[in-house]
Amino acid sequence: MNTDYIHIILADDDEDDRLFFTDAFDELKINTKVQTYNDGVELMDYLNAPDSVLPQVLFLDLNMPRKSGMECLEEIKADTRFKDIAIAIYSTSASEEDIENTFVQGANIYIKKPSDFKKLKKALSQVVTINWQYHTNGLNKDNFLLRL
Amino acid sequence: MNIFVKFDFNAVCEQILREKLEQLGVPYSIVGFGEVSFSKKLSDEKRNEFEVALAAYGIEIVEDQKSILVQKIKDAIIEMISADEGEINVKSSVYLADKLEHSYGYLSNLFSEVTYTSIENFIIIQKIEYAKRLIIKSDMTLTEIAFKLSYSSVAHLSTQFKNTTGITPSAFQRIIEKRRALSDLNN
Repeated sequence: MNTDYIHIILADDDEDDRLFFTDAFDELKINTKVQTYNDGVELMDYLNAPDSVLPQVLFLDLNMPRKSGMECLEEIKADTRFKDIAIAIYSTSASEEDIENTFVQGANIYIKKPSDFKKLKKALSQVVTINWQYHTNGLNKDNFLLRL
Repeated sequence: MNIFVKFDFNAVCEQILREKLEQLGVPYSIVGFGEVSFSKKLSDEKRNEFEVALAAYGIEIVEDQKSILVQKIKDAIIEMISADEGEINVKSSVYLADKLEHSYGYLSNLFSEVTYTSIENFIIIQKIEYAKRLIIKSDMTLTEIAFKLSYSSVAHLSTQFKNTTGITPSAFQRIIEKRRALSDLNN
């Protein structure tokens, strides 16, 4: 079990945020493989390729040029090929309306981008651990809602 | 229209196991949940055949003793949570130590090592998942759910729910209802 790794993808147009994100995962004790994309179009091109390896968890920034996180979420939820991916919204917005709306559209996790690196590590570790519980214990993913 | 079905996972799994064991044609007995004892050592071919037959159902043969014990701990916890009120009236640490015949300290360390989470945390996650199912499927009130899951009060359940998921039980209920309305609209 410990030799397994968790495959994670992040789509975010901010280079610093992408860097913090991959650094944070490097420092966690859980084995992960992290891929990043610069916007929604790049992300969907990857996911829609017939030979793409699908991640266990996908982090989506909401505000991205060309294709927003919300548009990606709707496309992903409309395709049954992606039904096993846990979707995490990773955004600077913390408006109650945004949050509830993404959950209703099918997101599993909502993370407000933390202000410092330590908090980011803690939040990401929480996400991965809980996702792992859902993954290994056959819990019902439809009921998987987490807000950090 | 939605119809809800309830699975008895243990029964389903045991039935699959029995069918595959019969096909294998070797004398066996099912000892406990997830444990099969063979009177003679399995040949490599037979073991392979059995492994392949089970793989189609997402069932795998567990190799090491640690993983087996962790699985037993998880099963015991789930059984403990779904037990009726009053059936188990000892602390979870005492219950697990008695049932699995190891000290709680040993179980607790092993569990954290293998699963990246503590037994306490696992219990909370399972209880909250159970609460979610009850919120969605049954017409029980939060008070009744809190009582069924042995919380001292609704406030205690709500706080733990919020701490674990980041949202309140009523927000959870509202989101799930809106999701259903949305998918009904799309179908």
